[in-house]
Amino acid sequence: MSTTVAPPVGPARTRRPSGGLFRLSTASGIGLGLSLVWFSILVLLPLSAVVGAAAAGGWTAFAGTLTDPQTFAALRLTVVEALLVTVVNAVIGTIVAWVLVRDDFVGKRLLDVVIDIPFALPTIVAGLVLLSLYGPESPVGFNIVNTREGIFLALLFVTLPFVVRTVQPVLMEIEVEAEEAAASLGASRFTTFRRVILPSLVPAITAGSSLGFARAISEFGSLVLISGNTPYQTEVASLKILKFLEGDNQAGAAAVAVLLLLVAVVVIVALDIISRRVARRG
Amino acid sequence: MSIDITGINKKYGDFVALEDINVSLPTGQLTALLGPSGGGKSTLLRIIAGLDTADSGTINIEGADATRLPPQKRNVGFVFQHYAVFKHMTVAKNVAFGLEIRKRPKAEVAAKVDELLKLVHLSQFAHRLPSQLSGGQRQRLALARALAVEPTVLLLDEPFGALDAKVRKELRDWLRRLHDEVNVTTVFVTHDQEEALEVADEIVVINEGRVEQIGTPDQLYDEPANDFVMSFLGEVTTLNGQLIRPHDVEIAAMPQHGDAVQAVVSRSLRVGFEARVQVLTDNGEEVTVVLTRSHARHLGLEAGQNVWVRAAEGALTVPSLRAV
Repeated sequence: MSTTVAPPVGPARTRRPSGGLFRLSTASGIGLGLSLVWFSILVLLPLSAVVGAAAAGGWTAFAGTLTDPQTFAALRLTVVEALLVTVVNAVIGTIVAWVLVRDDFVGKRLLDVVIDIPFALPTIVAGLVLLSLYGPESPVGFNIVNTREGIFLALLFVTLPFVVRTVQPVLMEIEVEAEEAAASLGASRFTTFRRVILPSLVPAITAGSSLGFARAISEFGSLVLISGNTPYQTEVASLKILKFLEGDNQAGAAAVAVLLLLVAVVVIVALDIISRRVARRG
Repeated sequence: MSIDITGINKKYGDFVALEDINVSLPTGQLTALLGPSGGGKSTLLRIIAGLDTADSGTINIEGADATRLPPQKRNVGFVFQHYAVFKHMTVAKNVAFGLEIRKRPKAEVAAKVDELLKLVHLSQFAHRLPSQLSGGQRQRLALARALAVEPTVLLLDEPFGALDAKVRKELRDWLRRLHDEVNVTTVFVTHDQEEALEVADEIVVINEGRVEQIGTPDQLYDEPANDFVMSFLGEVTTLNGQLIRPHDVEIAAMPQHGDAVQAVVSRSLRVGFEARVQVLTDNGEEVTVVLTRSHARHLGLEAGQNVWVRAAEGALTVPSLRAV
């Protein structure tokens, strides 16, 4: 093929010029100020206060708390369980969203509403709900109280809606035509899913997973009833914090809190990086 | 024949989308499926591509029965009205998609992508994302992506429908030249008769799920099979119960011919280089006449004036089915 055919040249979309950061209008100035004050009162100052409390005892006390075998076991259990739950949610949540968007079946509307229940329930009620079916008087013969599987189940229950609810709207926006184009280019359904649909969903899956993970490492209410709180076995970080507070060890509680904060930040940033990589690679 | 369509029927519930369609599209030609919106032309194109299935009938592509083949196995390139580019992939990746799926060697893919981007003049945008392209550029990208797999036939569904008038006109001239260069059998769907007349070698007029006429642009324009084709391919007016093009109506201040009908000018309007005159004949017909401005000035046409109108010598007329 030669290239004598000259096409019309249309203007490409250009980016907005940057550099207007310090030239805010009055309205956006007030908006920005309000946001910052709000954010500071609610988030930044309390967080700083916790970090301050953790640092009050000095580095040795901080490190001592975290390296204490029992505390460390609680932290490890929390993070590992949360990570497992996040992986399961990313897969199952995407499938549930897919079913809700792409398939038609009786009771679809109902399922769509029910998905939010774990999110709307007070978590202690979530614990109660699970206990009534999988507790000591379980009608189906499963007793998950005081087991790690129980913690896993409780975390899955309370984090279920996150990935579903973030993926669902994105899936609805995806053009069916892009899939048809892939098919006519020879892509199998699986290849189309992997190379065309999934990359568009990854940012949403990541966002939902981040929320779910953050929720999982901080879960308290449902675990109070289910975990049994046995040191080294089923004690999670949030309950460990409660124990520290009950023992009047403010610095210890703050130290665990700060570490959870760090873990949350690291995981959320890591998920974001993964999401960008995958979305770019296609 | 490159594509043989035999006895295709398609219904959506009670709605008949296509009824007994029989068309043969010759190899290497540029064919337009022309008709009003909702007439079934896009459905036919999607059935050729395998994106929809017909209730009955067969599709042959290059002599092989493709009726039951999935879209993946038909080796057709499909271009959508709204581009359907892969938004998360760069321009080059979009074009490479079909080749990568066929597991072609990397060097071959790169060379082919390069060649195609040059062909559609997007080389300098190879590493951009589709969102950074204009509509016309996106559609050229979609075209390059479809051509990459060297399809037996290229199918375009209202390819310029989402573009503004100017870009649209430029792109269709460009498509014509591109087709002459690449020479792949091409079928495009349009509801714009000007687009079809300008670009296509052959036009299939489809209306209400049926083929009204198949022919070259000249045949359709000069010998329309019926009043629908006549009125769809250009402006028409009714004179003595016959459809006629407004510029084929002769208007005179004096009765010079025996067959002229007396009429009264009801409105006279100048549009650019031409004048459009509306007259009411003694038979109660409202006739539109188009003539050059100088001719109109020469006649000095004004509302209320008596004139005589007749069909010009050799003018094309088709009986109007709408009773007057």
